[in-house]
Amino acid sequence: MIALDHVTKRYGTTAALDDVSLTLGDVGVTALLGPNGAGKSTLFSVVGRLIQADAGTVTIDGRDVAETPSSDLARTLAVLRQDNHIAARLTVHDLVEFGRFPHSKGRLTVEDREHIERALDYLDLGPLRDRFLDELSGGQRQRAFVAMILAQDTRYVLLDEPLNNLDLRHMTEIMRLIRRLADELGKTVIVVLHDINFAARYADRIVALRDGRVVADHDVSGFMRPEVLADIYDSPVEVHQIDGKPVALYYE
Amino acid sequence: MLIDVVEAPAPSRRRLTWSSPAVRIGLLGAIVVALAAVYLFTDIPGSFTFALRVRSLTIAAMAVVAVAVGVSTVVFHTITGNRILTPSIMGFDAFYMLVSTVIVFVAGGVAFLRTDALTLWAVQVLVMVAFSTLLFTWLFGGKRRSLHLMLLVGIVLGTFFRSLTEWMQRMLDPLDFQILTDTAFASLTRPDPSLLAATAAIVAGGCAAIVPLVRTLDVLSLGESAAVGLGVNHRRVVMTLFVIVSVMVAASTALVGPILFFGLIVANLAYSYAGTFRHRWTLPAAALLGAVFLLAGQLILEQVFSFGASLSIVIEFAGGLFFLVLVLRKGAR
Repeated sequence: MIALDHVTKRYGTTAALDDVSLTLGDVGVTALLGPNGAGKSTLFSVVGRLIQADAGTVTIDGRDVAETPSSDLARTLAVLRQDNHIAARLTVHDLVEFGRFPHSKGRLTVEDREHIERALDYLDLGPLRDRFLDELSGGQRQRAFVAMILAQDTRYVLLDEPLNNLDLRHMTEIMRLIRRLADELGKTVIVVLHDINFAARYADRIVALRDGRVVADHDVSGFMRPEVLADIYDSPVEVHQIDGKPVALYYE
Repeated sequence: MLIDVVEAPAPSRRRLTWSSPAVRIGLLGAIVVALAAVYLFTDIPGSFTFALRVRSLTIAAMAVVAVAVGVSTVVFHTITGNRILTPSIMGFDAFYMLVSTVIVFVAGGVAFLRTDALTLWAVQVLVMVAFSTLLFTWLFGGKRRSLHLMLLVGIVLGTFFRSLTEWMQRMLDPLDFQILTDTAFASLTRPDPSLLAATAAIVAGGCAAIVPLVRTLDVLSLGESAAVGLGVNHRRVVMTLFVIVSVMVAASTALVGPILFFGLIVANLAYSYAGTFRHRWTLPAAALLGAVFLLAGQLILEQVFSFGASLSIVIEFAGGLFFLVLVLRKGAR
C-alpha cells in the first residue's frame, strides 16, 4: 500500500497538495484524474521521493519514503515521468538495462539479463532492441520506457501521463498494456490520465484531485456520474451508456 | 506495427572490431604514445638527457591536464544534463585571472614572482574550489536546483570578474602588466616539479574517487527524475561529483593557467568517438583525446609557428575545424 498521511506541499503560497490523506494500491489499476494544476504530478513527485513534502508522511508498504534508502525503494516502486529527455544516445536495450540498476548496481547477472529479455519480449521490442531512442516513434519510445520500468521488477508502478503526445492507436495500446501489467503480472499500477473515458474503460478505481485536494474517489461506476464529473471539471458533462459502458461527453 | 523495421545488413567482421569501444580507446592510446615519442625525441639541440628531462616534465603536465579537463568536462556534462557546457561556466578561468591580478595589483609584480609557487598554487586552488562550490551549492544543490539560473549567474559573475580584472590591469605599470600577461595563457612547458606532483596527486585522487561512481554516472545521464526512480541519491552523488570536478579543474588551472577551453571539443569528440554513452569508455576517451590535442597542439606550436602563437589558438583552431566536420557529417547521415 502507498499511504499518504496529511501530506502538504506548497509552491510559494499556493498549495499543490493540501493536507492530502489517501491510500493507493489496493486494486490493479488506479487512475488519477483532475484538471491542470490539480497536484497530480506533485503527488507523484512526493511519492517518488523527487521532492519532499512540507508536512505529512508518505509510506510504501509501511516504510517512510523520507527515511528509507532510495535504492531500497527503487526495488518496490518504479516511476515513469512525463519528461523523458535524455542527452545521451541510448539504444532500447541500453535503456531497458537501466531498469536493473536498483538490483545489480550496473553489473548485470544472468537473472538480470533474463528480466531484460522478458521485458523486451513483453513489449514486442525485440526487433527494435538495437535502435537508438531518437530513431523511434513516440509510441515506440513510450514502450521502451515502460519496458525499463518492467525490468525494474517492482510491485508498484507509477506512470505520469503516459498517453501524452500519442495518437489514438498508441494510446489504446499503452492502456491495454497497463491493464495487462495489472492482470497478468500482478502489478499495482497508478496512472495519471487526462481523458475520463480512458480512465473509465481501463481503470478499476478513479481518484480525482482538484486544487491539491482529493475531490472524488470511486470505482468506475461511482465515478462516471454527471454530478461527480461536473463538480471536478466545473463544466457540464453528460454520461451515456454505450454497449453497457459509461462514456462521458464533454464536448459541449 | 513493426513493418517499418528495416533489417540492418550484417556488419562485416572488420566493422565489428572497429565498433568495439575497447579497440577504439586502445588505438587512441597508441596515438598518444606515438605523439609523446615524437615530442620527446625530435629536434634535440643540446644535451640529450637535459632535453629529455625537461620534455618529460612537459608531457607529464600535459597528461595531468588532459585527464583533469577531459574527465571533469564529461562528468560536468552528465551532472548538468547538458553537453554544451564546460566547468568554466563556474568561473574557474575568470577567477584564476582575478586572483593573479589582485596579487599583482596589491603586492606588485616582483612580489608576485617571488611568492613561493606552491603557496600561490594552493591559494588559487582554494579560492577557485570555494567559489565554485559555493555557486553550485547555492544554485544547483539547494531548493532551487535551476541549471539555467546557475548558468546565468555564472556568466554574469564571470563577466564581472573579467571586467574587474581588466580594470585593475589598466592601472598596473607596464612591467607588472607584462608579468601578468604571461600567466593569462596556458603554458605547459617547464612546469614546476613540485606543483606538478601536487596537481598529479589531486587529479589521480579525483579519478580514483570517480571510478566507483562510473555506473552511477551512466544512470545520471538519464536525467534526474529517472535516476532518482532507479534509486540514486541524486543530490548527494551530484554534489560529490561536483566537488571532485572542481578540485581537479582548480588544481590543473592553477598549474598551467586557463585551460578549460578545449574541454568542450574533447568531450564531444569523445562521445562520438567512443560510440557509447557509457562512462567506462567516454571518460578515458576524453582524457586520451585531450592528450592528443595537447601533444599535437604543442608540436604544431613549436614546429610550425616556432612559438609565434599560443597553444589555445592552435588547439581551438584545429579542434574547432575537426568539430565542425564531425557535426556536418552527422547532419548528412
